[in-house]
Amino acid sequence: MSTATLTVDPAAAVAGTRARTSPVETVSQTFSMAWRALKNMRRNPEQFFDVTLQPLLFTAMFAFVFGGAISGDVASYLPLMIPGIVAQTVLTTCMATGVQLREDMDKGVFDRFKSLPIARIAPLAGPMVADLVRYLIAASLTFVMGMILGYRPGGGVIGVLAAVVLAVFTGWAIAWIFTWVGTIARSARSVQGISMMILFPLTFLSNAFVPVDTLPSALQTFVNINPVSHLVSATRDLANSATITSQVGWTLLAGIVVMAIFAPLAVRSYKRHL
Amino acid sequence: MTETPAVHASGLLKTFGALRAVDGIDLEVSQGEILGVLGPNGAGKTTMLRMLATLLPIDAGTAHIFGVDVAREPHRVRQLIGVTGQYASVDENLTASENLWLFGRLQGMRSADARATAGRLLVQFGLEEAAERPLSQFSGGMRRRLDLAASLITRPPLIFLDEPTTGLDPRTRGQMWDTIRSLVAEGCTVLLTTQYLDEADQLADRIAVIDRGRKVAEGTPDELKASVGSSTLQLQLAAGSDQAVACDVVRRVLGSEPVLTPESGRINAPLTVADRAADVLIALRESAVAIDSVSVAKPTLDEVFLTITGHDATHEPDRTNDDEPAMEVAR
Repeated sequence: MSTATLTVDPAAAVAGTRARTSPVETVSQTFSMAWRALKNMRRNPEQFFDVTLQPLLFTAMFAFVFGGAISGDVASYLPLMIPGIVAQTVLTTCMATGVQLREDMDKGVFDRFKSLPIARIAPLAGPMVADLVRYLIAASLTFVMGMILGYRPGGGVIGVLAAVVLAVFTGWAIAWIFTWVGTIARSARSVQGISMMILFPLTFLSNAFVPVDTLPSALQTFVNINPVSHLVSATRDLANSATITSQVGWTLLAGIVVMAIFAPLAVRSYKRHL
Repeated sequence: MTETPAVHASGLLKTFGALRAVDGIDLEVSQGEILGVLGPNGAGKTTMLRMLATLLPIDAGTAHIFGVDVAREPHRVRQLIGVTGQYASVDENLTASENLWLFGRLQGMRSADARATAGRLLVQFGLEEAAERPLSQFSGGMRRRLDLAASLITRPPLIFLDEPTTGLDPRTRGQMWDTIRSLVAEGCTVLLTTQYLDEADQLADRIAVIDRGRKVAEGTPDELKASVGSSTLQLQLAAGSDQAVACDVVRRVLGSEPVLTPESGRINAPLTVADRAADVLIALRESAVAIDSVSVAKPTLDEVFLTITGHDATHEPDRTNDDEPAMEVAR
């Protein structure tokens, strides 16, 4: 780049324009946006409450409230429940992704992003990359809290790490749903409302907290196709016995399908906001 | 060879429901020119600018930026423009230098280049002292300057400025004007919207007057003012001055009929050339008529509008804001 001449040459500028962003540029722009999101997170520590307090609180609460009723005692409920809580907290964290995106989009700086020659997906994907940190915190804290309560994962360190990675991936994939909701809703508050309606059936109509065979048969059908059930089963298999079952495959597939549907939807609806 | 115009738009249309916010506007801005788009709140200035800047879809009509079609190749257009809105489009949670660095990185600069450019712009805009301060401590003028700096990172040849000085104090406004002039001196083309005739007069080579989504007048500031009419000389006679003599003097010097308000001792007279005001004062002194105060009033935006459109510039519903709730929140 020549900095010797300070005058602007429109003809050269026009000749230098490119029709679209390359994949490499898109990735680099996404990481720049992720950097921004991380800076924002660091300066607003209250954004971390849902990934710090909630895993601690929910793990303790669910263990003591449901433990006796479902598994006889707290200790034998933990291997069943901890993977469920991991899935639940990661999903709740996803919801915050949508709410924060909506708040972000209402800010003046998003106008600047729209006017810049950057990939349209970068302002959406950047915060989601930064959110990987939040999923990681949420999933890890849940395991830590479980262990404090007496959970001894049979899968060992490797199994637990694999479970955390799978949960983070699934969280990231499912977050595209909430990102899409964030781009179509009129306000951050309505994002919250719509997301709750998606979130509750997904987490509670699954095998996260109760054995499936205790449910009515119609409900069992839904529970068995619910991607959250697959995530919970896969997490249990990984954390409790360090085995990679078909559930892992189904979870990965479900994540990819969700992304393939909702990432384009989110980008399209974001563009329409222009 | 004729140069490609920086902006060429014809028949631009934008409707929000039943409202025609921009109703068939043609616009042409030559390279290196400052075009001032003048109009009251809700006239459609911002909507038009946002369409040209690829921020709003164009409902009908065409727009080209340096020959590039805005609707078909928005990505190319975005590489040619800088946009500074009415409100700060910078990240409130980042510092000034972090903001500029981020926008540089997003536009493909290497980290070190982005940092150097950010530093240079902060110095140029007098913000180097505040570079690492949180934006919450910035004044309105500082934010506006940072916002403009952010639009200049890649030295785009066309800058859109949406009411760049609204809400700024006179000194900061003057600084902003100097900055805009220096941009043009470097070869930039500027399209700015404003509610102030004074600002358009100071800066613009040409002015387009927009009202209710339509272009109602266009020309150089002088042409526009001539169409509006002359300035007015206002004389406040000292108590006990002979009002009849004063009127005679004004009539004789200016050759036009003065309007006397006998109760307050005030004389208003149309003034074609401002120099003649001095002639009137000298003639009044020779006739021993004492005056308390004298002023020459320029045509105001209200008068421009009254003359051109036949209705008042104020008391218009703020139409743009009503239909863009997202922008409302952004303020």
